Amino acid sequence: MQLVLERRQERSALVAIVSPLIAIALTLVTMAILFALLGKNPVTALIVYFIEPLTDAYTLQEIAVKATPLVMIGVGLSLCYLANVWNIGAEGQFTIGAVAGSWLAVHTNGTGAGYWVLPAMLIMGAAAGALYAMIPAICKVRFGASEILTSLMLVYVADLFMDYLVRGPWRDPKGMNFPTTAEFDPVATVPTLIDGSRLHAGAILALIVVMLATVMLGRTIKGFEIRVVGAAPRAARFAGFNSSQLVIFTFAVSGALAGLAGIIEVAGPVGHLQPGISPGYGFTAIIVAFLGRLNPVGILIAGLFLALTFIGGEGAQISLKVPLDLTKVFQGILLFYVLACDSLIVHRIRLIAAQPKAAPGTA
Amino acid sequence: MRRVPGDQPLLRAIGITKRYGTLLANDSVDLDLYPREIHALLGENGAGKSTLVKIIYGLIQPSAGELQWMGEKVVLSGPSAARALGIGMVFQHFSLFDNLTVAENVALGLDGAEGFAAMSARLAQVSRDYGLPLDPKREVWRLSVGERQRIEIVRMLMQDPKLLILDEPTAVLTPQEADQLFVVLERLRGEGRAILYISHKLDEVKRISDSATILRGGKKVATCNPRQETASSLARMMVGADIGEVKVTGGRGTTVPRLVINDLSLEPEDPHGVFLRGVSLEVKGGEILGIAGVAGNGQDELFATLSGERVSRHADNVIIDGHAAGQLSITERRRLGAAFVPEERLGHGTAPRMRLSENALLTGHAASGMVHHGFIDRPATLASVDKTTNIFDVRKARRDPEAVSLSGGNLQKFIVGREILREPGVLVVSQPTWGVDAAAAAVIRQALIELSGRGAAVLVISQDLDEIAEIADRVAVMFHGHLSTPMLRADATREKLGLLMGGSSAGQAVEAMEASRAVGA
Repeated sequence: MQLVLERRQERSALVAIVSPLIAIALTLVTMAILFALLGKNPVTALIVYFIEPLTDAYTLQEIAVKATPLVMIGVGLSLCYLANVWNIGAEGQFTIGAVAGSWLAVHTNGTGAGYWVLPAMLIMGAAAGALYAMIPAICKVRFGASEILTSLMLVYVADLFMDYLVRGPWRDPKGMNFPTTAEFDPVATVPTLIDGSRLHAGAILALIVVMLATVMLGRTIKGFEIRVVGAAPRAARFAGFNSSQLVIFTFAVSGALAGLAGIIEVAGPVGHLQPGISPGYGFTAIIVAFLGRLNPVGILIAGLFLALTFIGGEGAQISLKVPLDLTKVFQGILLFYVLACDSLIVHRIRLIAAQPKAAPGTA
Repeated sequence: MRRVPGDQPLLRAIGITKRYGTLLANDSVDLDLYPREIHALLGENGAGKSTLVKIIYGLIQPSAGELQWMGEKVVLSGPSAARALGIGMVFQHFSLFDNLTVAENVALGLDGAEGFAAMSARLAQVSRDYGLPLDPKREVWRLSVGERQRIEIVRMLMQDPKLLILDEPTAVLTPQEADQLFVVLERLRGEGRAILYISHKLDEVKRISDSATILRGGKKVATCNPRQETASSLARMMVGADIGEVKVTGGRGTTVPRLVINDLSLEPEDPHGVFLRGVSLEVKGGEILGIAGVAGNGQDELFATLSGERVSRHADNVIIDGHAAGQLSITERRRLGAAFVPEERLGHGTAPRMRLSENALLTGHAASGMVHHGFIDRPATLASVDKTTNIFDVRKARRDPEAVSLSGGNLQKFIVGREILREPGVLVVSQPTWGVDAAAAAVIRQALIELSGRGAAVLVISQDLDEIAEIADRVAVMFHGHLSTPMLRADATREKLGLLMGGSSAGQAVEAMEASRAVGA
């Protein structure tokens, strides 16, 4: 018997839907083995990780809170990846968006400024994220620099810049020397949807982003352009689509969405600017984008699923005493399986009954 | 036939059947291949030729039937199993890495554990022995199509195959290059090898093959000696009916030039490409102008400059219907009523993994009412696919399949049809019937003639001299980036064209060479 990977005539629509599910199943099996190796009961562990968070109203809301930035960033990244543009620096664009919006919040703090503050903060956050994303975009278009490296490295620049601000000029004078800004005023805070909950209006914005992206990718010529440039660059040029302009466009949109997610996170659940506002949303969103098949609705589902792993990981840390880093391990394994299973969309596995007689030992 | 009575077939395919869903791509096909024999496999698009050779090469598994190699039953689990037996194949679409050198490409395609230096030496040896010159250190993207084919052939020969399969090898060659290939094939036959040769060119099949198997609709129609058949009897067996001759519509030809190229000189984008040197040309409404020439003499550069994929130095280098278009984008040129069909069907003319409706949009978004305020009119794109399908007889399994799933001829009919249905005033088409069977080629050529009959200016860049002789009103030849003065078809004898194509110093070719020296030196 022999396993053969065979090219399909057309991509399989069924597998395109099923492949992320296979990847999740394989990840769960791998995780179970890991738990067993750590000396935990795999079944209990998986229940703590994936079932318990779904049984409680508070954790359900927390899942939505965590999914909000993941979905927003993931949708933006999917536009890049569809166009074969590799923005790996959403984490940095997220941070810069948070910083830019916070500037207004810090400087209007206690001045009694009106309700224009929050909308202005959101706009500034999105604009700053987009501008920050222009650095790798322009370096790529003008000088041919790899956007993978430049966008990734700018993450650390953004992180250190924010660190400097909250430890230096923007530090809350009444903050007992903690590296944090003052709590934002209510006019500089994203309103919650339910009283006493952390679920905020940003979640609605994420849903709107998903809808707009669905319409754009499926129905507009711009969405078509993104898909053609990624799938067949030469045909895209023949169609009259300019790939350099598209690099700028996709970086701008994904940077803006990451920046918006950043300022919403700071002005929403966190309430002030401080280091560690992101548990790696910008990187996890890369997994979200691929797990969601680079499709906005898929990304919504994938975002909720990965948010579940964050919450489940926190639960597991407390009740199972396993390290929080296990969540990162989980996410890494998941991305690995997702990419592996993707090859099944264009290929099929076949079992071949017998070895050919005259060709021993061939692959 | 050179076969000695009593010879055993090298390979027997018995009752090969391949089913894709409800479609029978091969229906109990028998095929015997003998050593010292060139066997032609003939058939229309979708007749099942590719499926059959892919089965013989182990790429796909038959649903029923068996293969026998030297009298013994074999199951080929993959191409490497086929290669291990002694079966080699050259595909119509080459599988080469553009950024790697010739030697690196060959090394990647070989199964053995031979060292790179030894392999390179053997590569040089084989290419010298068979008269297929290749520089092992050259990168593939710098080579012409003909040279790329040479890599594939040499790579196959280095495995010393007993059976060679060639899929439409001459589709990309000039008459001279094809002649050289035939010499190689005859030599290989003399060495006792079996050759399975897929072609649509009936004259060629009659000329070099010892026997032929004809497929139609997945079934074997006949095995015959092509030398005892006429081209039309072979065609009749292939198609199951007589192929209509291309009809030339008389009395068209106006005097208004619709496409003008003025002293177009341009350096290539890639440092090893071809300089365009003072190309000038006028194509009038109602005429077809053919540009002949060996591949890699600036035709690709000329096409890119005409289409707008590259802009030229001055706006009036290219004039479309009176508008200086040299610096306009391809979209703006389409809006002026121009249409373009590039040489490469997959990846250039279409996005392979996208549906036909999306590929209709690929060129239709510019000027065909498929986009309103940035939104795609899906019904309009589907309607355009349906219209192209009906008028150009595009055969496909579903209403809107991915481009890559169509056979070469059907995809080409779709691409040409897509542009012609826009009723362009100017059509520039490169290799319109590249690797396309006789029936599809006739449809495409007829459509080009009718388009020009309706007043359009049609520029056909083609390596196929028969095609140019069949449809062009005037002919020019491209050599080293220089275009010869066009001559009337009646004056364009094969000899004259052949000399110009080789850059010989006869007649106008002298001026051509001098002009190019003056510009280049």
